[in-house]
Formats: sequence, structure tokens, C-alpha cells
Amino acid sequence: MSLFNIFNIAGSAMTAQSERLNVVASNLANVDSTTGPDGQAYRAKQVVFQAVPMGGEGSTGVQVAAVVNDNSPMKMVYDPKSPLANAQGYVTQPNVNPVEEMVNMISASRSYQNNVDVMNTSKTLLIKTLTLGQ
Amino acid sequence: MSSRIDEMMQFQQTALRLREARQQLLASNIANADTPNYKARDIDFASALQGALGGSAQNLPLATTSPNHLGAATGETVMGAPVQYRPALQPSADGNTVNMDVERAQFADNAVRYEASLSFISDDIKDVLAALQP
Repeated sequence: MSLFNIFNIAGSAMTAQSERLNVVASNLANVDSTTGPDGQAYRAKQVVFQAVPMGGEGSTGVQVAAVVNDNSPMKMVYDPKSPLANAQGYVTQPNVNPVEEMVNMISASRSYQNNVDVMNTSKTLLIKTLTLGQ
Repeated sequence: MSSRIDEMMQFQQTALRLREARQQLLASNIANADTPNYKARDIDFASALQGALGGSAQNLPLATTSPNHLGAATGETVMGAPVQYRPALQPSADGNTVNMDVERAQFADNAVRYEASLSFISDDIKDVLAALQP
């Protein structure tokens, strides 16, 4: 029954959206991380979504194809007192844009809710189908 | 006699299976609302049902030279019906043509019509049962 396949489709989208939410949380948490395990300032990360065929005819799910580093320029803040300052007295700050991240977060949570709704509707239809003729 | 009962339910059964397949397509569209370059897809229900019932021949698909042409077929089929791209109302910069309002409306509409088909079949079953009473 293709209605069961909708669980896979909506489920894949929910997984992808929660991964996106995860990345947003990492970016927001590290908005001020001027140094990391490699000694470099944190670079914002972004997820890349990809459509992926799922079983039945015409069903397409989503998967996260990659988590890529944001290549936009890092913020340079003048702070000669910091031990991380370079020769000119500038400290490299993460290139996380909190406004963009908040927008991303709201978009991810709305998409997640949409897919929860899709799943609920399909569940209702399936249960009604199972009680057919009673 | 059994073939008569079969025939009686044939129409609603086919409609139900098509509704199911379409629900899956719409769920795919909603799942891929944030996937770059994903194109929303749908089937023309009326002609798909005619085709699935083996009635009048389906219209020949329009020959197109670009997937951007209106009503262009994707080459995929659902129960023999050609899957078509939905014309983009508000094209976005990332090439995604999913319009969440349209998809949610169609999803709800399709779910209600699925339930309608279910209750028609239920009535058919009740009719048969009533006829079988001594």
C-alpha cells in the first residue's frame, strides 16, 4: 500500500529537517567561538538537501547530501588585548550570521511541522481503510 | 455473482488506489519543500482515472522541447498516468517550485476525497450485505 510509503517520505523529511535544526543549533552555540580543536575560529556549517527516490512510483524523499562549511569571509574584530590577536591586533571571529540562523531555524521547524501533519493525515486514512466494511 | 460484486466495487477501488498514489506524490512535494531544484509534480486525476479504468483513450501528451513548457510530462507514470510538473506560481532563486499553500490545499482535498471513496465502498459493502440477508 502506497500510504505506508508516505511514512517513509515524511520520515525522511523530518530526519533531514532535524539535521538542519542541529546544524543551526551548532552555529548559534558557536557564534563566539574564536578558537576550536584546530586552533581556528569556528566556521558556520550549512546542510545540503537532496531529493532521493523512495520505493514506489513517484515517491521522492529527502536526504542530507552533505554538511558544508560556509565560505563567507570571517569577521575580523580589533581587539589587541586578546591572546588570539594577529600582528595587526585583529581577532578572527566565526562567520555565523545569527539573523540568518534564526530564519533557518524557523523555516526548519515549520517544515518539520508540515511533515508531522502529513504523517498524521496518512495515519488517519490508513486506520479508516483498515476499518472498511465494518 | 462474485464478478458482479467485483464490478460494483471496481470503480471506487480504482479511484481509491489513484487517490493513494496521488497522496504519495503530494507528500513527496511537501517533503521536498526545501530541496534546491526540486520541481513539484502531480497527476491529472480525471484523465488518470479514465485511463486506469481502461475507458476512453488518454489524450496524447503534448510534445515539448523543454521541461519548462506547461504541462510537460516528467517521463514518470503513476498507474499508467503521466506525472506532470506543476506550473511554478512564484519561482524561487534555488529552482524549487513547491508552493506550500497549493500543496497543503491539494493534500487536504485529496485526503477528504479518499475518505469519500472509502465511505462509498462501505455503502457498497452494506448494500451487498443487505441483499444477502435471508
